[in-house]
Amino acid sequence: MKKLKKSTVNNLISFGIVIIAFIICQSMIASGAMKRSLKGQMVPICVYIVMAVSLNLVVGISGELSLGHAGFMSVGAFSGIIASAWLRAALHVDNEVLRLVLAMIVGGVFAGIAGVLIGIPVLRLRGDYLAIVTLAFGEIIRNVLNCLYFSLEEGRLHVSFNNPNIPGTMLVSGPQGATGVDKIATFPMGFALIIFSLIVVMNLINSRSGRAIMATRDNRIAAEAMGINVTKYKMMAFVTAAVLAGMAGALYGMNFSTVAASKFKFDTSILVLVFVVLGGIGNIWGSIIAATLLTVLPELLRAFADYRMLVYAIVLILVMLVTNNPMLRSLFGQLARRKGRDDQVQVGGAEE
Amino acid sequence: MVSFLRFLINGISLGSVYAIIALGYTMVYGIAKMLNFAHGDVIMVGAYVAFCAMSYLSLPPLVAVLCAMVVCTVLGVLIEGLAYRPLREATKLAVLITAIGVSYLLQNTALLIWTANPKVFPSVFSVGSIKLFDGNLVITSEIILTIVANIVIMIALTLFTGRTKMGKAMRAVSEDRGAAELMGINVNRTISVTFAIGSALAAIAGVLLCSSYPTLMPTTGSMPGIKAFTAAVFGGIGSIPGAMLGGLLLGVIEILGKAYISTELGDAIVFAVLIIVLLFKPAGLLGKPVHEKV
Repeated sequence: MKKLKKSTVNNLISFGIVIIAFIICQSMIASGAMKRSLKGQMVPICVYIVMAVSLNLVVGISGELSLGHAGFMSVGAFSGIIASAWLRAALHVDNEVLRLVLAMIVGGVFAGIAGVLIGIPVLRLRGDYLAIVTLAFGEIIRNVLNCLYFSLEEGRLHVSFNNPNIPGTMLVSGPQGATGVDKIATFPMGFALIIFSLIVVMNLINSRSGRAIMATRDNRIAAEAMGINVTKYKMMAFVTAAVLAGMAGALYGMNFSTVAASKFKFDTSILVLVFVVLGGIGNIWGSIIAATLLTVLPELLRAFADYRMLVYAIVLILVMLVTNNPMLRSLFGQLARRKGRDDQVQVGGAEE
Repeated sequence: MVSFLRFLINGISLGSVYAIIALGYTMVYGIAKMLNFAHGDVIMVGAYVAFCAMSYLSLPPLVAVLCAMVVCTVLGVLIEGLAYRPLREATKLAVLITAIGVSYLLQNTALLIWTANPKVFPSVFSVGSIKLFDGNLVITSEIILTIVANIVIMIALTLFTGRTKMGKAMRAVSEDRGAAELMGINVNRTISVTFAIGSALAAIAGVLLCSSYPTLMPTTGSMPGIKAFTAAVFGGIGSIPGAMLGGLLLGVIEILGKAYISTELGDAIVFAVLIIVLLFKPAGLLGKPVHEKV
């Protein structure tokens, strides 16, 4: 038998862990062992995992700080919701799974288009300027979505800008967002999306293009001198991330009966960025763990009631200090060594 | 024409508030090279302190502003010392996330102390208004006060950074931290002073902002914070006159955009202008372009 590459073996093991985690969760849901509040969190957890993995592609692998990732999520959410409603009304696609898959594809395509349009100007800039422009685009997308009205009349889609008086049943009504959405998102579909995005991202990272992307991150000038087309590869990472975020957005949108554009503001982009940084920049599996833990954490902190966001903030600051301050890190390193030699203690990223 | 003048003056007034906030961002960025996302929330704390001093302790407005400045200065220095100083050598992203953590901390503490119910900021600075063009153009005392405060702060800061020893130390640290340290400048103290000045300015900005837009909530600071940050980048981050120019332009563009193009799209217009400017001048209006060396 041909010996597999080490990275392939590692990937297979990791995929195995994700699949086992899914089976455990699914059987817990089936047997009713999972609390209601946690059950409601399953689809958002999947969505945030995909968001974190895709943002990690931009921040960790291609090395550009993006503060507007939620913008792509909102584009995906709204285009997905509209596509799903249109498919049912005009083409009578009643199969929910098929409709959800098609809606996610539409969401991904639209977010991808937005990614290309935004990427062209953004990727000309560097560092903090790039970050502020992605922030600006995220806010612009939200602002424009607040002015868009969509309605459906006998299978025909009506669109208007800043004018709520259009015929048919309203799908998206400006600041109120989408109302009366079919809640067709399911946890298995979320899981499928995670596996899909992992395959895409892992393959991209371990490919020739992925190495080119990482080379531009490590030293732009050297990469350029080696003949790497920096803009092309940065664009590749940015648009792939946008497409995945769009698909996640579509799934997210169809998990709630009402979705407003205000759900996807700057705070959401920051939330996903926190997952990426806490999980370890450039570490895809870290993003998954951080996204899961930090989505569940506020739920677990429910006992603290009003204090939970305060606790969350303090935990966040402390974790950043402990993992990044050389003095504190060596202190914790010593403690960990005393506890056991093989016992690798990772503060903030420890698995349950 | 009169309505245009009115919008222009409102824009300059809003822009002055942005400019004062942007000064805090830009000075901290210039010296510590970090994006202090908690700055917007220091504004909110300043406004709340002034509010409490006036409403509960019935102190005169000027004393209330001084109280707010003192509290914010202490807060700024504390935040810098406890959260940012340990991360001086860490990656930029780590510092950014810590700043976001501090921002959450301030917002949620404010939420616990003052609850989410919006407070109505007392209109203490309304002592009358100037009426021009037969009463068609009313300039309130808040507007005049904001613009005057902005000019005074600008002159004071220019003198401070240009003439005093501390100001020179600040410029030296922002130019080259290592070399400044070798010249015997206490870098940590310089950064603390920068945070102190930035936070005191944030307190003033908070009071001015809330006397023009009198709803005070724990999230009051975040949007002006982001806008002021945009203004600082617009003018060239790290540059004091740039922050001033960026803030004023942003305020005027926002008000005129809302008045003449679309109310709902006001923010989108501001950000679109920022993107266009950055495409043609990637270091901002007054920023110095940095050349990469191989």
